[in-house]
Amino acid sequence: MGKKLESSFKNMVLVLFLVTLVSSAAVGVVNSFTSGLIEKVKIEKQIQAIRAVVPAFDNDPMAEKQIVKADGGELEFYPAKANGQLVGTAIKTFTNNGFSGLIELMVGFTPDGSIYNYSVLSHKETPGLGSKMDSWFVKGAKGDITGKTPGTQGLQVSKDGGNVDAITAATISSRAFLDAVNRAAKALAESAK
Amino acid sequence: MEYVFIFIAAVFVNNIVLAQFLGICPFLGVSKSVPTALGMTGAVTFVMILATLVTFIVQKTVLDPFGIGFMQTIAFILIIAALVQMVEIILKKVSPSLYQALGVFLPLITTNCAVLGVAIMVIQKDYNLLESVVFAASTALGFGLALTIFAGIREQLELSSIPQGMKGTPIALVTAGLLAMAFMGFSGIV
Amino acid sequence: MNNWQTFTKGFFKENPTFVLLLGMCPTLGVTTSAMNGLGMGLATAFVLILSNLVISLVANLIPDKIRIPAFIVIIAAFVTVVDMCMAAYLPSLHESLGLFIPLIVVNCIVLGRAESFASKNKAIPSMLDGLGIGLGFTMALTILGAIREILGSGKFFNMTLYNENYGMLVFVLAPGAFIALGYLIAFINRIRKTN
Repeated sequence: MGKKLESSFKNMVLVLFLVTLVSSAAVGVVNSFTSGLIEKVKIEKQIQAIRAVVPAFDNDPMAEKQIVKADGGELEFYPAKANGQLVGTAIKTFTNNGFSGLIELMVGFTPDGSIYNYSVLSHKETPGLGSKMDSWFVKGAKGDITGKTPGTQGLQVSKDGGNVDAITAATISSRAFLDAVNRAAKALAESAK
Repeated sequence: MEYVFIFIAAVFVNNIVLAQFLGICPFLGVSKSVPTALGMTGAVTFVMILATLVTFIVQKTVLDPFGIGFMQTIAFILIIAALVQMVEIILKKVSPSLYQALGVFLPLITTNCAVLGVAIMVIQKDYNLLESVVFAASTALGFGLALTIFAGIREQLELSSIPQGMKGTPIALVTAGLLAMAFMGFSGIV
Repeated sequence: MNNWQTFTKGFFKENPTFVLLLGMCPTLGVTTSAMNGLGMGLATAFVLILSNLVISLVANLIPDKIRIPAFIVIIAAFVTVVDMCMAAYLPSLHESLGLFIPLIVVNCIVLGRAESFASKNKAIPSMLDGLGIGLGFTMALTILGAIREILGSGKFFNMTLYNENYGMLVFVLAPGAFIALGYLIAFINRIRKTN
């Protein structure tokens, strides 16, 4: 093995500077390859979420995105059109009332205001309890919300006098979920006026 | 009010050690007695607040404007390593007594993932400067709380008879599990 | 020590998780499923091999006093590369590992190997050391992930073994991580004693 470089001040500064420079350059090069791809993956994910919640469309909902202010934040409206006709609206909505805070959903409505489908974008609910919301409220499941029209009234869990069955042992998560759905429905109903 | 929420969430609900699994190494390593636990807590609090402050400013004034967000990890860890070194040198000069108390813990902090974790988290959560500092301080307090309680329990564990194979780390981990379960009782309050 | 021993010691004799008790944060944090454990282990192994290789090559050019910061910068560069590649090619795994990917930088295993092995050895043994320790870490994380996934949600690598409702939920939650690892280490200690 060769001799070690001496720990003089000049050497130390020089070496550390060079190491940082080379590392940054290397990272920069990789970044230039991956950054475009990462952006594409993100957009693809968004489009898939939209596709999952509205009927088949042939326009680019991402390009027709509208931001709508709602209580406590912003909702994103993605109109889905087939042959120029509106077939549904996907709405990215949220609630802060989850058991562990923020839940984000994509909810799709048909033009008459009934729920077509939904998908959960992000949540921090308890695994195995609140996290079941991604399959609990779908068509044919126990807490099916598809086909319902919340309008400005909103949906409620049966415990609060509504007609949606809450997830077993996760009423708070279920309420929060419906809160997000209702926020979207209310904004949609108001924008249609 | 918002700051109270950040505080409660960081100390109890999302406790950095027991719910987020950051800073486990010092949690298991320096929890044999309460005084060392308190010393470690002091050092971590100091560095965490300082590091979050500096990394936040660097992110907003250097990384974001120049569009070099991908340098985040490299920049942050360099800042933390340099800060720890500086704190060590300054403490030695200014307050030898404090250095005596915290000195041995300082080198361990560079590789304490809680410090880097908090610095990255405040950026991801999009906090402003004051929120970031409150979050860093509360997280450090949560770390200290978990560490001190755990050290207290381990002092007692020393005196009880434990099956041979469970001695040392295994029983410490199981105890930490029970402590984590107790902290789960806080979830849902914020 | 020959190359073969350098490579194999990471699996059992010097297993970073079960024996040396290093890198506990990702071990506990990401092992909610076997898949997550495997992904995290391989990401760490990748960083470990490359940082060991580079550090063994440049160790003599780095003055002693700034050794640690220089090593950390090199490691951070590889971690960032892994982070970006995973975000681009494995987005869902990247999302479930989250914060723990950038935190590979402060994983004591990586810096520990750089300091205690790579800085004193040639390139080939350093890479083998990184590979062995990395795979040992991967093995440990996958085992722990599998145990938690089977007990907690009745699945193994996402294949359902039994109805999820009969799973012991606590094992996918935070306390279960500590408890499962505690008993696993006790079990390994027991085997080591009898050997």
